[in-house]
Amino acid sequence: MTRTTILAAAAAFLGLAGAATAGEITVYTALEADILPVYKKSFEEKHPGTTIRWVRDSTGIITAKLLAEKNNPQADVVLGTAATSLLLLDAEGMLQPYAPEGVKKIEARFLDKNTPPAWVGTNAWAAALCVNTAEMEKRKLPIPASWADLTKPEYKGLIVMPNPASSGTGFLDVSSWLQIFGEEKGWAYMDALDKNVATYTHSGSKPCSLAASGEYPIGISFEFRAARLINQGAPLVAVIPAEGIGWDMEASAIIKGTDNEADAKKLMDWAVSDEAMKIYAKNYAILGNAAFEEPIKNLPANLKTKLIDNKFDWAAANRAAILQEWQRRYDAKSEPKKG
Amino acid sequence: MSQHTVDLSGLASHLPGSAAGDPGDAIARGLAASAPRPTYLAVADVSKRFGDFTALKNVSLDVREGEFVCFLGPSGCGKTTLLRAIAGLDIQNSGTIRQAGRDISALPPEERDFGIVFQSYALFPNMTVRQNIAFGLENRGLRRPAVAARVDELLHLIDLSAHGHKYPSQISGGQQQRVALARALAPSPGLILLDEPLSALDAKVRLHLRAELKQLQARLGVTTVMVTHDQDEALSIADRIVVMNMGVVEQVGTPQEIYDAPASQFVADFIGAMNFVEGVMLNPDEVMVGDLTLVLRRQARPAAAGERVVVAIRPEDVRVLGADAHAEWEHVNRVAVEVAAVEFLGSHVRASLRHPAFPAKPLVAQLSQSVARALQIVPGRRLDVVLPTDRLRVYEALRPHGAAAGAVHG
Amino acid sequence: MARLRAPSMADLALGAPSAPLIRPKAGRDDRLMLAFVLMIGAYLVVSLALPLGFMLWKSAEVRAFAYGVVELQVDVGQGFLSLGTLEEAAPRLGLADPVDQARRSASLTAAQLFPDARFGERPLSAVRMRLSGGASDGVLELGGKAAASGEWVEAGPRDLRRLVLRAGTIRSLGNYIAYFSNPALTNSIVNSLVVSLSTTLITVLAAFGFAYALQRTCMPLKGLFRTIAMVPILVPSLLAGLSLVYLFGNQGLLKGLMMGSSIYGAPGIVAGCVFFTFPHAFLIIATALAISDARLFEAARALRTSPTRTFFNVTLPGARYGVISAAFVVFTLTITEFGVPKVVGGDYNVLAVDIYKQVVGQQNFAMGAVVSVILLVPAVIAFVVDRLVTARQVALLTARAVPYAPSRNRALDASAFLFCCVVAGLLLLVLGVAQYASLVKFWPYNLTLSFAHFAFEGVDGGGWESYFNSLRMAFYVAVIGTAVVFVGAYLVEKGRGFAAARAGLHFLAMMPMAIPGLVLGLAYIFFFNDRANPLNVVYGTMAILVISSITHFYTVSHLTALTALKAMDKEFEAVAASLKQPVTRVFTRVTLPVCLPTALDIAAYYFVNAMTTVSAVVFLYAPSTTLAAVAALNMDDAGQIQGAAAMCMLIFYTNLGARMVHALLSRGLARTQAWRIR
Repeated sequence: MTRTTILAAAAAFLGLAGAATAGEITVYTALEADILPVYKKSFEEKHPGTTIRWVRDSTGIITAKLLAEKNNPQADVVLGTAATSLLLLDAEGMLQPYAPEGVKKIEARFLDKNTPPAWVGTNAWAAALCVNTAEMEKRKLPIPASWADLTKPEYKGLIVMPNPASSGTGFLDVSSWLQIFGEEKGWAYMDALDKNVATYTHSGSKPCSLAASGEYPIGISFEFRAARLINQGAPLVAVIPAEGIGWDMEASAIIKGTDNEADAKKLMDWAVSDEAMKIYAKNYAILGNAAFEEPIKNLPANLKTKLIDNKFDWAAANRAAILQEWQRRYDAKSEPKKG
Repeated sequence: MSQHTVDLSGLASHLPGSAAGDPGDAIARGLAASAPRPTYLAVADVSKRFGDFTALKNVSLDVREGEFVCFLGPSGCGKTTLLRAIAGLDIQNSGTIRQAGRDISALPPEERDFGIVFQSYALFPNMTVRQNIAFGLENRGLRRPAVAARVDELLHLIDLSAHGHKYPSQISGGQQQRVALARALAPSPGLILLDEPLSALDAKVRLHLRAELKQLQARLGVTTVMVTHDQDEALSIADRIVVMNMGVVEQVGTPQEIYDAPASQFVADFIGAMNFVEGVMLNPDEVMVGDLTLVLRRQARPAAAGERVVVAIRPEDVRVLGADAHAEWEHVNRVAVEVAAVEFLGSHVRASLRHPAFPAKPLVAQLSQSVARALQIVPGRRLDVVLPTDRLRVYEALRPHGAAAGAVHG
Repeated sequence: MARLRAPSMADLALGAPSAPLIRPKAGRDDRLMLAFVLMIGAYLVVSLALPLGFMLWKSAEVRAFAYGVVELQVDVGQGFLSLGTLEEAAPRLGLADPVDQARRSASLTAAQLFPDARFGERPLSAVRMRLSGGASDGVLELGGKAAASGEWVEAGPRDLRRLVLRAGTIRSLGNYIAYFSNPALTNSIVNSLVVSLSTTLITVLAAFGFAYALQRTCMPLKGLFRTIAMVPILVPSLLAGLSLVYLFGNQGLLKGLMMGSSIYGAPGIVAGCVFFTFPHAFLIIATALAISDARLFEAARALRTSPTRTFFNVTLPGARYGVISAAFVVFTLTITEFGVPKVVGGDYNVLAVDIYKQVVGQQNFAMGAVVSVILLVPAVIAFVVDRLVTARQVALLTARAVPYAPSRNRALDASAFLFCCVVAGLLLLVLGVAQYASLVKFWPYNLTLSFAHFAFEGVDGGGWESYFNSLRMAFYVAVIGTAVVFVGAYLVEKGRGFAAARAGLHFLAMMPMAIPGLVLGLAYIFFFNDRANPLNVVYGTMAILVISSITHFYTVSHLTALTALKAMDKEFEAVAASLKQPVTRVFTRVTLPVCLPTALDIAAYYFVNAMTTVSAVVFLYAPSTTLAAVAALNMDDAGQIQGAAAMCMLIFYTNLGARMVHALLSRGLARTQAWRIR
């Protein structure tokens, strides 16, 4: 077998994955894996003949992937990815501004300030604590109610949070603390919190899963994952810390240079449509079109009132510096110091 | 080629470069051993190096058509290297090789015309005897029946007709050797190369196959070159022997010539047993050994007076007085010796004879058992021996070993 | 008198005018074989040497802004005002050193230079920039469109974010300096050495005991123990990590045994690595013990040497090369291991995970490359030592030894049996726990059994699609890999002439063993993802996964093929040439049929490893080519640990099936190959 035959075989049998097929759009997304089929079904029913090919990964990786492919974009649309990431992509000139049909129904704070907007937010997700009630009972500990509670010594070694360098949720938390407490106090808070954190996870949903299985009873995660796991039977409660919570939008945009702009636009139109909003409403408490908002089972009702006034531009611009500082302070941990 | 078949000339014409001509002719050639035959393989000035090591040094020799030639020498003498150069398996660095008038010096093996049998036989283990023999007949535009007929013929020739369906591992070593030979012969090559084909066999099988091989070669008349380190094998089987040492040809000649008139001390030492004593030339006809003056028949290339030489005589050429009628009235080179030791060798005895002229190494004489008994050859017995002038040979004192080169393919 | 003449200079000088030098004419076979050598050589160069070289080159590349060649002008309402070059304006605009600035972000937007679209107190109405430099000075872009060198680019206040200056590159050891001045990263070197050495010690001791029991005692159930010892080879290494969490994690079944300490960190890494390296060490040591010479033991008995002295003076020295070789193999496997520390490492950073974190977490490829180079050092040293030791072991083997046949010894047999029961029990425990966890509804609160986790619904990693991708990939790797390796080994062993090319091919074939999978994967990103590389088309396809897996597991396959080929008569090709048959015919009619069992072994080896590998492919899979083992990793990453365990078990049963098919085929082959029977 020669190399040429390998390549020939590769071409014949394997097919070239990157190649776009007519009527198929490649959509990069950081949405949770379990809701993708629902979105896909709804869109494809509305637009028969156009199919979605998902590329799903965590926010950080999707962003990095898009940046890496800048000169050779593989994606047609980036859907449901943090607005802070899309700001970054827009700065790189990678987004194709487009005002989807029905964009007027979307709240202004969900939209890029340019006209037509480079990106459109459809719904929001927010930080939340996943607390394992069974474990807390076993340990006879109160359920923490605020960020400040987490620094109490009794929670030492019980808390996990995502590493902000690799997780969008993690960065959301860090940037929100810096906004809530102010820069100096924010870092002081994290210093105190770090003493109680058992481990920093790679992904944003893992802390909640670990809380659900009781491995570490308190996970700093996000509300959507908490609701999901509670529905699956995990002895969890979702706690919205009293000081307020960081949040970000699930935003979408067309990637500049797509060879399937028509279908990409269809997906953008669908993303802000009423039927899409109805689907979001099942999982998300906060929508771009507030008219469709419904209370989410197993999530506190005060969720929306606790959202901080998140400065996305500030977060995006200072992301690198914040992460550098965070890593300097906490990533140097090399011993399994706690837990 | 073969007396009992089918038309093989048709087959031969399909085979590129095969020895052409009427099979009857070949037999005639094989039988008429004494008639001068044209040169078939000409090796001229061939040298081969492996890195720093020189395996062949300006080797030249001719092999005549239908001749059975043995390359003989100790391991590392270059005989296998020469065979592999002829085969094109390890092509020489310089010098030319011509086969049937064609310059094959640079050709890869598949463009030459030869069949080869290796010491290991290299039979294909997953093929039957038939399939092995047929291997070289396929892909040549021959029809199946023609191939089958040729295989049958060869199986008959090597007397293995009943074993065609067997795998190599199911037949004996000697049978394997014959299959390997049949496979090599199958496409009727002009030249057969045998690389120590008998050395992996038991002594008895070996003697038997040696004779068979010789007979077969004579019958087919195919020019054959065999590499061996076994002098008995070479002496018994070859039309001519090429004695090699350290990458050079020491002597080329018939077995008789090589035995009777070794051209160098190396050949003398390597072939058969030989006594060597040191001496100094007095004049072209006389040599001084210790206080003995020995007369010799003038050599082809006489050494100068005063030159240090080695005087050689074979043990069977030492004539013991009382046992040899000729020796009674021979006064030249008569030496009085004392028996130092006697070695019993079955039909012969070997007597070590002491004389002050060669104190370090006794002279060895070979006597028949009956003579030894009659003369009461026992240690301490004094007797006279004659060293016949025409049996004495003189050589330049041997080159020190390693002066030329080390060792490679033997 | 013959040849009295001393050899003259003319005799010694070769190639004298009288004897023309011969340039061998290349035959059809020579050309064919050379073509194949070059092709397979080219394959290894492209899939191994070039990517690694490229990565090394890139690791010494540092991003920096070319402040000196960028000019800046601002308009605050009265036309453009020059601020000079960025170098001159840097202090005023609060810019850091060009390298530091690039380390923070590889791109600099005008919005960062002028926050709130102001220059000083005054609102900006426009900004102009121009870059006059070469390709290594970076690019100036407006809205993603690169400006030509020396061209002014103008942006209004709303577009400041879109006026982007991209860092260029300078060659420097800055990345290495940054690495060594960051204790968070350098700590990993010590950590890696600590866990690797601990694992090596434990694994080699356990494997020696196990192998000794199997080779040197008369205990029962040897076949069963041998089979159980192979279990870890059939599962992704991270399964051990998952099981350890279920056994000793905070909710672990056997948490009590931990006595308050945590499995996360060094203890977990060592335990997990001992599990997956055990079969490798066992196989090597068992082979070494099997070839020890029985005559030595007879001599020892004849001399009435005590069993203890015999053990230390005869057994151990006899197996020492095996033990040393096993130690280096285990060390290399552990220090390059990524799955186990990823799952149970907690915050105990090791080199391999650092590479992953740098690359996947932070997309810091340059630092990933630096860590890769650091990781290459111990891996290469261990590889070289292992090769040297193995060469000596082979020498031992050829010295015709009499195989040792153990005799009954009740106490020894009983304790050996007990020891093997414990070890095998532990191995099965790890596997069993993963199986249990994958079947439990909701660990640890709802322990009813169900197959729900095998549905892989609503989990990361791609679920069943990944599984089928893996099957497909493993199949291609097995088929194509075996073909390439076998032909390559054939050329190395049986080719004639072009010795240098064949030696080169052999060297390339030996290299992959020294290259950790993650390093290879990262090198592929650098090499194949480069737009300038025409081979870029394979990036993101199944092909690149197949290529990286074939290359990653090349060496062992190559050595296996070589061993089989060395056992073949070396004159087959010469005989065929003399019979005017092409070498291809010997290959297909003789070599391949005779070596078919070995080819099957290689295919099975490739298949199993392609199913379980994470490290060689984790950087390279694309959305349409997600793989089962990577899916397990990603599920664990998302906290879907039970799903990860289910996927690992799926891989286990697949590999078990593959092994059984292999055994059946081998047996069937033995029956049809009548010629093997003597």
